[in-house]
Amino acid sequence: MSLIPTLVAQADEGFTPPGPGDFNLPPVGPDSTFTFLGQEMYLGVTKPMLQLVLGALLVFVLFRAAAAKREMVPGKFQYVGELGYSFVRNSLGRDLIGSKDFMRFVPYLFTLFFFVLFNNFFATVPFLQFPTFSRAGLVYALALLSWIIYNAVGMKKHGVLGYLKHQSVPPGITGPILLLLVPLEFFSNILVRPVTLALRLFANMFAGHLLLILFALGGEYLVVHGALAVKPVGVLAWVLFVAVAILEVLIQFLQAYVFALLNAMYISGAISEEH
Amino acid sequence: MALDGSLNMVGYGLAAIGPGVGIGLIFAAYINGVARQPEAQGRLQSIAILGFALAEALAIIGIALAFVI
Repeated sequence: MSLIPTLVAQADEGFTPPGPGDFNLPPVGPDSTFTFLGQEMYLGVTKPMLQLVLGALLVFVLFRAAAAKREMVPGKFQYVGELGYSFVRNSLGRDLIGSKDFMRFVPYLFTLFFFVLFNNFFATVPFLQFPTFSRAGLVYALALLSWIIYNAVGMKKHGVLGYLKHQSVPPGITGPILLLLVPLEFFSNILVRPVTLALRLFANMFAGHLLLILFALGGEYLVVHGALAVKPVGVLAWVLFVAVAILEVLIQFLQAYVFALLNAMYISGAISEEH
Repeated sequence: MALDGSLNMVGYGLAAIGPGVGIGLIFAAYINGVARQPEAQGRLQSIAILGFALAEALAIIGIALAFVI
């Protein structure tokens, strides 16, 4: 980006735009590397790992405390907890999986939704300010869990072969077109689903955080190093930073919702009777 | 005048037009549906968000490829 410095900057040092490297945080405490199967592996605790544990603890402690008293007339805290629970149970569980066997999955969906939600909100919480799921490896583990769950409940219900048929043969279609459709459906329903599920959450958190870094650093660069005429643009970048941060809160909620919603959709698709 | 940087990002910008139009169409249909039949909002909402998630997946695959390739 040599255009920006030559046009607007007084200083000779250029602006280095933020990139994926900014997400490699330094380890907290001691770290080491070791060799595993010829690959150099990294051993150490980083901030996203700690946030993951903090998120799990928060979900447990908050809802445990909200459910501790269980009065007939709920207090404020209990009311909020019940509101969150009934939101997941009704809009994700009952409406999508169906009123017959949704209760089995409500604990999973409820925990998953609030776990992802809290970890996403960490991107906005002061002093944490890092979305846990902008590290792809953490999201792959969540997607793997949901892949195992929806395939397992489907196989339990239909049997292994019955389930594969259920997922890969579209109903009401006969003839040679099946040769084309069966591999496609298998590919999209069994293989690609966990990948898109993980990438959606990861890339949204990643891109949102990258955008915030860009506005903050770019604004700082323009204000500090820019010519007098472009200093207001730097201030404008900071105003936009605040606006984008507010938009990010909406996206963080939406992505947690979509993640839990797709989990519920996959489960309901796996256990549904013949379409 | 010299410009450097990754052409991938221009490609990603172009690729994001598709999902952008798609998401716009989805929410336009959702708003239309709710305006015509407000009591159907609950049902339409999850369908709209699902459609949004599926259309957005294309943009997400795009951003992943823009960084990878």
